[in-house]
Amino acid sequence: MKIKVTDRDGNKHELEGDSNSTLMEILRDAGLDIEAACGGCCACATCHVYISDKWLEKINVRDDDEESMLDQAFDVKNTSRLSCQISLSEELDGIELELAPQ
Amino acid sequence: MIEKTDVIIIGAGPVGLFAIFELGLLNISCHVIDNLDKPGGQCAELYPEKPIYDIPSRVSITGQELTDDLLAQAKPFSPVYHFNQQVEKIVKLETNEWLVETSLNKKLKAKCIVIAAGAGSFVPRKIPIENLDYLEDKNIMYAVRNKSILENKEILIVGGGDSALDWTNELSKIANVTLMHRRKEFRAAPDSVSKMLELEKDKKINFLLGQIDSIEDLKNGKIKVTVKNNDEKNNFEVDYLLPFFGLKMELGPIANWDLNLDENLIKVDAEKFETSVPSIFAIGDINTYPGKLKLILSGFHEAALMAQQCFKYCFPDKKNVFRYTTSSKDLHKKLNI
Ligand SMILES: Cc1cc2nc3c(=O)[nH]c(=O)nc-3n(C[C@H](O)[C@H](O)[C@H](O)COP(=O)(O)OP(=O)(O)OC[C@H]3O[C@@H](n4cnc5c(N)ncnc54)[C@H](O)[C@@H]3O)c2cc1C
Ligand code: FES
Repeated sequence: MKIKVTDRDGNKHELEGDSNSTLMEILRDAGLDIEAACGGCCACATCHVYISDKWLEKINVRDDDEESMLDQAFDVKNTSRLSCQISLSEELDGIELELAPQ
Repeated sequence: MIEKTDVIIIGAGPVGLFAIFELGLLNISCHVIDNLDKPGGQCAELYPEKPIYDIPSRVSITGQELTDDLLAQAKPFSPVYHFNQQVEKIVKLETNEWLVETSLNKKLKAKCIVIAAGAGSFVPRKIPIENLDYLEDKNIMYAVRNKSILENKEILIVGGGDSALDWTNELSKIANVTLMHRRKEFRAAPDSVSKMLELEKDKKINFLLGQIDSIEDLKNGKIKVTVKNNDEKNNFEVDYLLPFFGLKMELGPIANWDLNLDENLIKVDAEKFETSVPSIFAIGDINTYPGKLKLILSGFHEAALMAQQCFKYCFPDKKNVFRYTTSSKDLHKKLNI
């Protein structure tokens, strides 16, 4: 399963995902600059990413917890998500996203 | 005045709190210092309502419940807490004691220091726009220290949590306040939310939907904040911007204390949890040793072993007799049982 990430300098990375992980875990373990301070508990908003429009509808929508946590993120857009709240599945093979400022 | 104690614990997270208990059992008294305004560290600040499932014997306990129970457990030992201040400096005195200084200029003396500082102090999260540092405290304030300078000023407060709402309500009495948030929903105490909405209805404050886009120094004491809401942009000239985007953890002054570090963690041995500097210990999330797991239960274990070594520094001439809390009359007396 491929994950296509654009970092804050505009560099593109192609990562290998798996369906036992969250998106945040793949980004973090690949060494990308994502703090994920709370380790994926939806308690820090430091795993903020922008999902490309066409992939957005394939993932579960934000729940209340995530929506509240996004209040602590900067430059929140319609495409904003906390990557620790996105469980990967084969359906998301090829997903494209961008790291948000932090 | 310099207060004196046996041990100074830096950090009132779960591990620092349990250290009070373990040291107390050995007759060692403590002062505890934390940058936050309350005890509990990550448990109280980041996840007070979330249940933890791996505290031995507690099937489920929330971050706040764990904090409350640890405080109750430590209470018989009458620890002295110093909140809202960061430990900035430590100095070794000729008497072999440590002198600890905080950001509020409090000075404490002790025989040992226990660093239970987690991932560092909780500090406000800053706006990720470059070259803004010089405006801090001039036009941008992440914390309000002196309310009086805000009197009759134009103020833009940003955020949707308790700090943003509390300050909106409070400063509405003395200044011209606009509150901006990305949505008209707030995760804050219901009382503060209704108070703010009432102030808005009475035109005592303005509410604005939007987010910060850019900030420009107008070089006349004011700043221009460009705010955006979807595709629409607007400019605001204000005296002060107060952004409240929650807290993050930063190692801070600990980096300058000449301890052996590994990245942002303090290296310790896995027997006494002592750092490279004798009589300074590090326990909990802040330390590292082969096999370290960042778990509360590991921190508790580290606290118990650390206390054994602290005893030797605090009472070099006394013998430490190992006793169970279940059966020792002496320990019962200490615990007021
Ligand atoms: C969302 C979330 C869920 C978690 N779930 C679990 C779980 O289920 N089980 C588990 O075992 N662990 C869990 N953890 C991890 C656990 O919370 C930490 O291991 C634990 O809080 C570490 O405790 P501590 O006392 O070492 O440090 P902290 O809790 O980080 O406390 C350190 C304190 O030191 C203060 N401090 C630091 N430097 C200074 C200074 N210079 N001056 C003054 N004060 C200072 C800080 O302000 C802070 O209050 C979770 C963490 C998070 C964020
Ligand atoms: S890792 Fe903290 S919210 Fe996602």
